[in-house]
Amino acid sequence: MNQFFFGTYPYIALTVLLVGSIARYERDPYTWKSSSSQLLRRKQLMWGSVLFHIGVLVVFFGHFFGLLVPIKVYEFFGIEAQAKQLLAAVAGGVFGSIALIGALILAHRRLTDPRIRATSSFADTAILLVLIVQLALGLISVPFSLSELSDGGVVKFMAWANGIFTFDPNAASYIKDVDLIFKLHIVLGLTIFILFPFTRLVHMLSAPVRYIWRPGYQIVRTRRKKA
Amino acid sequence: MKVRAQIGMVLNLDKCIGCHTCSVTCKNVWTSRDGVEYAWFNNVETKPGIGYPDDWENQKRWNGGWTRTRGGKLVPRQGAKWRILANIFANPNLPEIDDYYEPFDFDYDHLKSAPEMEAFPTARPRSKISGERMEKIVHGPNWEEILGGEFEKRGKDYNFEGVQKEIYGEYENTFMMYLPRLCEHCLNPTCVASCPSGAIYKRDEDGIVLIDQEACRGWRMCVSGCPYKKIYYNWESGKSEKCTFCYPRIESGMPTVCSETCVGRIRYLGVMLYDADRIKEAAAVEGEQDLYDAQLGVFLDPNDPEVQAAALRDGVPQDWIDSAKNSPVWKMAMDWKIAFPLHPEYRTLPMVWYIPPLSPIQNAAEAGKIGVDGDLPDVKSLRIPVRYLANMLTAGDEEPIVKALERMLAMRGYMRAKTIDGVVDLGIAQRVGLTPAQIDEMYKIMALADYEDRFVVPTTHRELTEDAYDLRGGCGFTDTNQCSTGTGGGKLFGSRKFVVPTGGAR
Repeated sequence: MNQFFFGTYPYIALTVLLVGSIARYERDPYTWKSSSSQLLRRKQLMWGSVLFHIGVLVVFFGHFFGLLVPIKVYEFFGIEAQAKQLLAAVAGGVFGSIALIGALILAHRRLTDPRIRATSSFADTAILLVLIVQLALGLISVPFSLSELSDGGVVKFMAWANGIFTFDPNAASYIKDVDLIFKLHIVLGLTIFILFPFTRLVHMLSAPVRYIWRPGYQIVRTRRKKA
Repeated sequence: MKVRAQIGMVLNLDKCIGCHTCSVTCKNVWTSRDGVEYAWFNNVETKPGIGYPDDWENQKRWNGGWTRTRGGKLVPRQGAKWRILANIFANPNLPEIDDYYEPFDFDYDHLKSAPEMEAFPTARPRSKISGERMEKIVHGPNWEEILGGEFEKRGKDYNFEGVQKEIYGEYENTFMMYLPRLCEHCLNPTCVASCPSGAIYKRDEDGIVLIDQEACRGWRMCVSGCPYKKIYYNWESGKSEKCTFCYPRIESGMPTVCSETCVGRIRYLGVMLYDADRIKEAAAVEGEQDLYDAQLGVFLDPNDPEVQAAALRDGVPQDWIDSAKNSPVWKMAMDWKIAFPLHPEYRTLPMVWYIPPLSPIQNAAEAGKIGVDGDLPDVKSLRIPVRYLANMLTAGDEEPIVKALERMLAMRGYMRAKTIDGVVDLGIAQRVGLTPAQIDEMYKIMALADYEDRFVVPTTHRELTEDAYDLRGGCGFTDTNQCSTGTGGGKLFGSRKFVVPTGGAR
């Protein structure tokens, strides 16, 4: 069980994420979009969307760096596991709550507004609900994390995540004895990876940061071959 | 100097009868699909009015177009790049669909399926978005048709600035005109500048501004960036769409659908050569009233041998240069100076230009009091206030508008004298600074408006850009995915094919 969910499932999830995203981008670029519904109803979107996105972005990058940066890097900078865990729990708690509030506003809008409800696909509604559950699981895990500060729990997760990416066959065993809440959070997280290519979540891969350093404002396309 | 060519358009508002044929044919061809029912790439507004979408000309509200910083730099009015990105989660300047109108259909099926009733069955409206019953339709694509609605609301028209508008609310003094609108295919488009994905672009060979549907991610900044509100977000596909200037027709030398079907023959298409290097400077001149002149300065005279040589050097084909010499747009905008850009103060350097309409003489009953300047009536006594037209076409500068209206009146006077009295009235021509030959040509192009005089559209030169050998066995236009139908059998990624519109309730 443990081996499957934390040793095998991550690879299944990452493969689907990678292959599915590439396939969609390559085969069906017309569907690659953010699917904004702001045109249809501005109400609730302004607050909901901003809160959700800001919260989720911080939480996402927090997980990304928190889990994937090799433990040695932290050791090099002399950051103690305990301090890091405290930071993760506090920042995660604050921004997770912000994201959850935003997501709840958005879910209320999506489920009760007749226009939004009628134009939502199953995937639109489902992924929003899944994200809410995931945010809730993450927030519930915060007190667990705080109560085990001295345990070095965070190191286990880092070791596991690092292990997955370094193809360590024993990766799953590192988090064998963590609380169930963490395990649920991880499994659902990996499931979101699997759902990713089939939902609007793909728009995050197109975050248009390049716009900032795109030279000038105007774009002219030519068919003429460069001489 | 970097010479580029663009197919420009001129609309002679003096002849627009407001029949909406342009809008309807455009809709039938381009936007009779789910998600863009509310979108009219071409629409005709009755002015004065707040237009479609609501109040679109009021950039204090919508923040479209450009603004000039104190340092003389141009920045989209909705914000520089970082601010546009900061607004990406929720765009504060985006209109809601109710600012256009909620698209609806009628329960036609009820007419034949209703049981026997006391009252005659009616087809009641139903929202095309939610499918719910709409008890009352409160907005439509042409809500102010022929001065519909109270003046108090229509009077919010931005073009009344500096006009004592109260008197125009009185029945005796009321005036109206039509304003057909489409994408301006600007030289300095704010939509292109606002697109974080870089999906919108201007075509180098004919100036048409298009949205790459595969690269559009639906960030919807172009909708708010465009001051003319001529980019529409397709709520079904999640992509923005806009007037394509009927590029498949233009490429084969045919006029756009709106131009082709115009029963009033008010639309003109022709090549304009322009200097791409001068755009930035022209769009950033300080005074708003100087923008019209600045844009004239961007255009290049196709009869100038130096320009011709430079055009050839920059890859403009010879027949495009020849077309530019015969361009009705050039004649109206540059030779006769009777056509003007729509709201030059937005600093987008628009390329769909308008000839202001003449109107009846005010208080015709008091005929003795008509201001007459020689044989010409004083244009200041025309029913449509000159200031109103100037606010629309020259950022409020009345002089060019007065001159244009005088020239149009002079053309009438001159031709009336010539055809009825058999007299060539040189005086009229000279007073407005035209030669008899010019007036004859104006008459031919503006009044007779033959098809080949209205549309001087050279075909595109694919042979310069494509290798036909590589294209053999190709499949022509497809939506995506090379020769497959684009979506495959399943709907793995939730794509939908373009849906043929269905009637009745959904």
